[in-house]
Parts: sequence; C-alpha cells; structure tokens
Amino acid sequence: MSAPVPLPAWADRLLMPLLALATAALAAALLLFGIGENPADALAIMLRGALGSGEGIGFTLYYATNFIFTGLAVALAYHAGLFNIGAEGQATMAGIGAALFIFAAEPITQGFLLIPIGIVGAMIFGAVWAAIPGWLQAWRGSHVVITTIMFNFLAAIVSVYLLVNVIGKEGSMQPETRLIADGAQLWTMQAMLGALGFKSPSTPLNFAFVLALLAAFAVWVLIFRSKFGFHLRLIGTGNDAARYAGINTQRMIVLAMALSGALAAGMAVNEVMGVQHRVVIEFTSGYGFVGIAVALMGRNHPVGVILSALLFGALYQGGTELAFERPAITRDLIVTLSGLVIFCVGALDQLYRKPLAQLLARREPG
Amino acid sequence: MRALVLGLAVSAMAGFAPIGSASAQAIKPAIVYDLGGKFDKSFNEGVYQGAEQFKKATGIDYRDFEIQNDAQREQALRRFARDGFSPIVAVGFSQATALEKVAKEFPDTKFTLIDMVVNAPNVQSVVFKEQEGSYLVGLLAAMASKTGKVGFVGGMDIPLIRRFACGYVQGVKAANPSADVFQNMTGTTGAAWTDPVKGAELAKSQIDRGADVVYHAAGGTGIGVLRAAADAGKLGIGVDSNQNGMHPGKVLTSMLKRVDVATLTAFSDAKDGKWKPGVMVLGLNEKGVDWALDDNNKALITPAMKAAADKAAAGIVAGSIKVHDYMADGKCPL
Repeated sequence: MSAPVPLPAWADRLLMPLLALATAALAAALLLFGIGENPADALAIMLRGALGSGEGIGFTLYYATNFIFTGLAVALAYHAGLFNIGAEGQATMAGIGAALFIFAAEPITQGFLLIPIGIVGAMIFGAVWAAIPGWLQAWRGSHVVITTIMFNFLAAIVSVYLLVNVIGKEGSMQPETRLIADGAQLWTMQAMLGALGFKSPSTPLNFAFVLALLAAFAVWVLIFRSKFGFHLRLIGTGNDAARYAGINTQRMIVLAMALSGALAAGMAVNEVMGVQHRVVIEFTSGYGFVGIAVALMGRNHPVGVILSALLFGALYQGGTELAFERPAITRDLIVTLSGLVIFCVGALDQLYRKPLAQLLARREPG
Repeated sequence: MRALVLGLAVSAMAGFAPIGSASAQAIKPAIVYDLGGKFDKSFNEGVYQGAEQFKKATGIDYRDFEIQNDAQREQALRRFARDGFSPIVAVGFSQATALEKVAKEFPDTKFTLIDMVVNAPNVQSVVFKEQEGSYLVGLLAAMASKTGKVGFVGGMDIPLIRRFACGYVQGVKAANPSADVFQNMTGTTGAAWTDPVKGAELAKSQIDRGADVVYHAAGGTGIGVLRAAADAGKLGIGVDSNQNGMHPGKVLTSMLKRVDVATLTAFSDAKDGKWKPGVMVLGLNEKGVDWALDDNNKALITPAMKAAADKAAAGIVAGSIKVHDYMADGKCPL
C-alpha cells in the first residue's frame, strides 16, 4: 500500500479523504434517487439524526468510541507494516476476558476497583489473541492477514462455546453471561454530566469515550514520540533495514500485534462494561472491520482516526434515524450506504491520487 | 389490574389520538424485528405476515424497524414508545434486556415480547412450546422414513434449537425406538441462520448416511436443507412458517410456530381493548405450535400417520404424553 505518487501533506491527509467521501455521497445520492427518495432530504435527516439532538450526539459518540479503538488498533499495527484484520476477534476475546476477570474478582470486591480489573482482563485477552498471529508471523512466516482472519472465526467459536456451555446464564436462550456487578459498570455520560449538574438523555455513551481519547493520545506519543515507536515505524518501512539497525524485529512484531489487540480490547470495554453490562454473543457487530476503513481514512494517525471515527459514528447513527423516518429506506439500504462509504474511502482511496498530483504539479511549475 | 393498565393506556394515548370507546381504540402499532431481519422466510417474517393481516383487516397501518446491532434494540423500542406507538411488538428473545429497561421508562405503553419472558405490568410475553410441535413432526418423520434414519439440521447451536432437536428425537423414538437420528448444527454464530449452502451440505451428508427425512430449525439456512432433500428425492420438514409449498410433494410437513397469530392477536386485542400483560405459553393446546397439512403434502401423509399424529397431539394436550423440554434442565433424555 505504498504511495507511488507523492502528494503534499495537506492534499494527502485532507483533500483525498474528502474527495473519496464526495464520491461516496454522489453514489449514495444516485442510489436514493433511484428508489424514489429525495437525497437532500435524506442527508438532512441523517445530519439531524446524528448531530441534531443530545440523544443523536450521544449515539454518534458511542459508535465513534468503538471506531476509535478499533481504528487505533489497525493503525498501530499498520505502522509496523502489519495489516491487522483481526480487531473483531480480538475484541470478542477481550469481552470474554473482561467478564472472566470481573466474575473472578466479584467475590472479593463489589466496588469500582472492578473497573480497572475488567479493563486489564480485556486488554490481556485482546493482546494475547493478537500476539499469537504476531508470533506466527514473526517466527513461522504465516501471513498476519490470513491468520488474523482465521482468528476471528476461532474467537467466534470459542466465545460461543464459552457462552453456551461455560459462562452463559442458566436457562437463557441468548448466549450471554449474567450481568456484571454494578461496580464494574462504566459510568454513563448521563450520570457523569448529571454529577456536574447537566441533564442529558439516556444514551449508550459512557466513560469509555474518554478512555478512547486517552488511548488515542497514548498511541500518538508511543508511535511518534518514543524510541519504541521509532523502531516500530522502522520495521514498517523496511524489515531488513530495521534488522541491520539492530532491532529485534521478531519481538517487535509480536509486541506491535499485542498492543494492537489491547487497543481493540477497548471496544469490548465500551460494549461489555459500558453498554450491555454483560457479554452478548457477537457484541462486536462488525465494528472491528469498520476499524480498518477508519484507520485507512484517518491515514493511520491518531487524530485522523478520531476524525474518521466521528464520521463513521455519525453515519451509523444518522443511518439509523433515516431508517426510522423513512419506512422505504430499509436496514439493508443503510448497510449499502455505509458500504459505499467504506468502499470509496477504503478501496478507491487512491483513485484521485494521480490526477490530483498532476493537477498540483501543473500549478506549481518547477 | 387490567382496568388499570387499560386506563393508563387510554390516558397515554390522549395526547395524540382521539380517545375511542374501550372496545375499539385507535392504536399505533409498531414492530422491532430481531437481527435476522424482516424477510427471513421464517420467524421474523411470520410476525410481518401477522401484522400485514392486521393491516388488511383493519386498515390500521403500523411502523417497523429492523435493528443492525444490539445497541439499537433499546434505541428502537424507546424511539417508538416516545413517539406514542403502542402496542410495540418486540421480536425475539434477544430483545428481553432492552425491553425490560424501556418498559419501565414507559409504563403506559403496551409491549408484546415474542419468544421470551419479561415480567412487568405493561409487558405481554409470548413463548412457545417448540418441543411439542417438534415431537409431532418427529413422529411423522419416523413413520415416513423407509430407512429408519432421519436427520435434523439446526441453525445456531443454542439451547432454543436444542429444544427443537430434543422434541424431535423424542417424537422419532416414540414412533420407532430403533430409528437413528443424525443431528447437525450449522454453526455457532448468527451467520448460521443465513447459510443455505452449508444447510444443503449438512442435509446431503445426512442423506448420504441414509437419512430420508430431514427436519430443519435453521431459519434461512433451512431453505438449503429443504432444497437438498428435494433434489435428492427425499423429504424435508419445514419450520416456523408453513414451508410445504416451497417444494410441493417434497416437504413432508412444517412445524408451525404461530408468531403471526401472536402478532395479530396482540394488535387486535389492543385495538379491542382486550390486550393484557402477563405470560402466554403457546403449546399444542393453545394452537401456538402445530404441524402443517395442506394440498402440497396431502399425498405424503397417510391416514395412519395423521391418526398417530392426532393421537399424540391429543395425548400431549391431555398430559398423558410428556415431551421433555431441553431448556428445563439443559439435558435431553434420549
């Protein structure tokens, strides 16, 4: 995925994603027009739904929380030249880890100490689940793209086995655990704003959003301001060069994957400890895969990841409102619309690179 | 209690609809489907059909929403409740937790939950005894089988589907104690409900091992099961909706789970002021589960088979035949 044609930074980071988005918007407008809906109305409903009310903003930021975590996970691995497709599975295992740690600690404490315990549990499980493909890549040469995809399936199977046979709630049809103790539940934004004297509607938005922003800052420091991050990026640009420079590349690959998995675990923290308060089967709902598009669109930079996560969050919530408001617009169409955006910003991202570079070169002679 | 709920409901609706007499109220019904989606040819679609019947009969329109992820359950229920919709039908056991919460926030809204129980003064829970219907189709399968081997293809491996399987096995063994039952689950994730290719593969492998009747409880996956059975010249058994017509003459029968009736009843009762909260367990006795006999499978069901099924049904209703419920203890005796 190297960029063959160089572009000025502002064009690469801002103009290209915007052009890709505009393409997606155009395609979506044509689609809506085709089924007899007014695209302008639809856009207005989506915007109003995503940003026009406290509840809308809450849902948008809640979705964005998931996307920030999974986007960061993909971005961090990407800097080491690793394409982690497995955020979905890593988050699944992390959810199990959070629940197991919390359930194990509940007899000892019911207090808010359960929150760090749950987060650590999630991060360990997510990290281990990502480190195994990392190890296979580093020592056995099994390509991490293939192994992480396979580990998504393995995670699904393991989680179903555990939820149905081991930690599932007795007599429940839904494969899910019992609720975690009150102390382990992350504070909702409603409660946090309430403590400050503000009234806000009930939304899934919770303290995990703050954690996501902190994680983004930590990733920025790690990648761009630390020796570890420098080594990481060195591996990403050239494995051999890094090895000649005396970096233990194998160890670094495993570490990078483990960190990536620990970031993906944040999504599980949001869902399991912040929203559902239990592990529900397939609680990951594809957020791990969307994280790939988020990271690509955000140019694998933490700030970019936050911005594109906000965009995808707004898209999800706005899409939901659209489906509510317009019975003719079904869930499947919303999936199609998000698919168009992912396709345009992910797969067609480089479409405008060459023409844009030529255009810019013409304007700046010499 | 009922009068109280009714009174609350009427006062709640005063804001947006003229108050009719208690016997015919203007209602704004709504449906929140499960992840499977409205047109799954099975469970959710049954609800849709019930709602469409209601619409045709009364001219009252309804709104519906197909969720995309778990967080939307609560969002959708709350959204409909806030906009004044009632009754709101929540489809599927997965809605229970969200419904419990939202029902508390909107005590004046009527909620009907299908496939799971929530105890709240404004929630009606409708559950089915799938094991009873499965027992009957198991009985029919064993009697229709020439090889003494029958198959079962489940969707996702969850207790509910094991309940189908367990009832089926009991029915088979009741008709032919030495019969073999091959059981396969399609998968362990939600994708197991929508994988007709894998369903067909599983059915084929069971047929290769000698099964000549295959029952599916696998939602959209079952479309592949029925097709594979029909292609091999064997018999399939449908589930939830009447699927006899999908391959006429090649589908022995269908185990009916009348979610359509449950939906229609919930809407009509609300309209007539008869809706009441509580748990409704719909078994054979309540016509909540049944087996389908129509022109498509008339030739396949011999008088002896029909007599045996009717006798077993009567026995189950009377209590002389006890069909074990897998979900009662997580075990199947056979």
